[in-house]
Amino acid sequence: MPSRGLEFLAGIKAELPILLGVSPFGMIYGVLALGAGLPAMLALAMSSVVFAGSAQFVGAQLIGGGAPGVVVVFTAFIINLRHILYGASVAPYLRHLSPRWKCLLAYLLTDEVYAVTITRFTRQPPSAPGASCPEWYFLGAGLAQWTVWQASTVVGIALGAQIPPGWGLDFAVALTFIALVVPTLTDRPSGAAALAAGIVAVLTGGWPYRLGLVVAAIIGIGVGLLAEGRPTARSHRP
Amino acid sequence: MTASPAVLGLVILGMGIVTYAIRLSLIVLLGRIKVPPLVRRALRFVPPAVLSALILPELVLPGGALDLSLGNARLLAGTLAGLIAWRSRNALLAIAAGMVALWILQAALPR
Repeated sequence: MPSRGLEFLAGIKAELPILLGVSPFGMIYGVLALGAGLPAMLALAMSSVVFAGSAQFVGAQLIGGGAPGVVVVFTAFIINLRHILYGASVAPYLRHLSPRWKCLLAYLLTDEVYAVTITRFTRQPPSAPGASCPEWYFLGAGLAQWTVWQASTVVGIALGAQIPPGWGLDFAVALTFIALVVPTLTDRPSGAAALAAGIVAVLTGGWPYRLGLVVAAIIGIGVGLLAEGRPTARSHRP
Repeated sequence: MTASPAVLGLVILGMGIVTYAIRLSLIVLLGRIKVPPLVRRALRFVPPAVLSALILPELVLPGGALDLSLGNARLLAGTLAGLIAWRSRNALLAIAAGMVALWILQAALPR
């Protein structure tokens, strides 16, 4: 019997262990967004309107630093470009769905939901006999994360209002970025990209409107591509 | 903080629109457009490049001037957090250790 409910529950269950790790970040985001000067309602609105952890951290930090809106939106665009690959990857499995389903699931396509859903899709392709309702699995994982993300943001906002500025909690943003960047430094090209972007960002630190950040990111990506493109670098890899 | 809540609301809406458009684009358009190979290769460098560009100025430009000395508490605490993240692969441990290190160093270092 094709069971939507069972698939939905299986999606929630698969997402739960990840959410243990996600919820502290939702709380940290809530604390920092308040610290950056966002009103509580807008800090919470960002969690549902944007619903993308790293872009929210960066957005709150840039807003707190007085960056113009265009720079904030463009930076969110660059950071979330990776979701293009997620969309391309899940699209074949969602091809048969109605536009309404596609629009709903796209909203829920975060890093974590993608990871859980694509694992399930590749293990048991929805087109295979006996498989059913993969969209309900996706929906279960997505709604589980959405709910936990909103709830942890609320907790963070409530906590943030209690924390005195002297604690230097704004530094937790930089620390969060450090913790996020380390696992991405998997080889020499990614290390070169990070180093180049960091140095350019320091050199352009005085530029107006945080434009140095955009330049630094683009140069870093270019350096990563160059480092990877060198045939010697490639032949060293197993 | 400068911008009014209405402006901030618009900025957040803009962030939401670009994020949603990116997520939806290939789910709807697959088969009609292809991601160029160069873009596909470039995407994996986005997180290291953007995050490092955000981190390094926070560590070495406290208050706007370059400070690579041992008196720079943020540089020391951030380096410690990076080492812990690398060795332990535990993000929350790294953040907590960096925060505690900052508090200790700020109390201990001369200003």
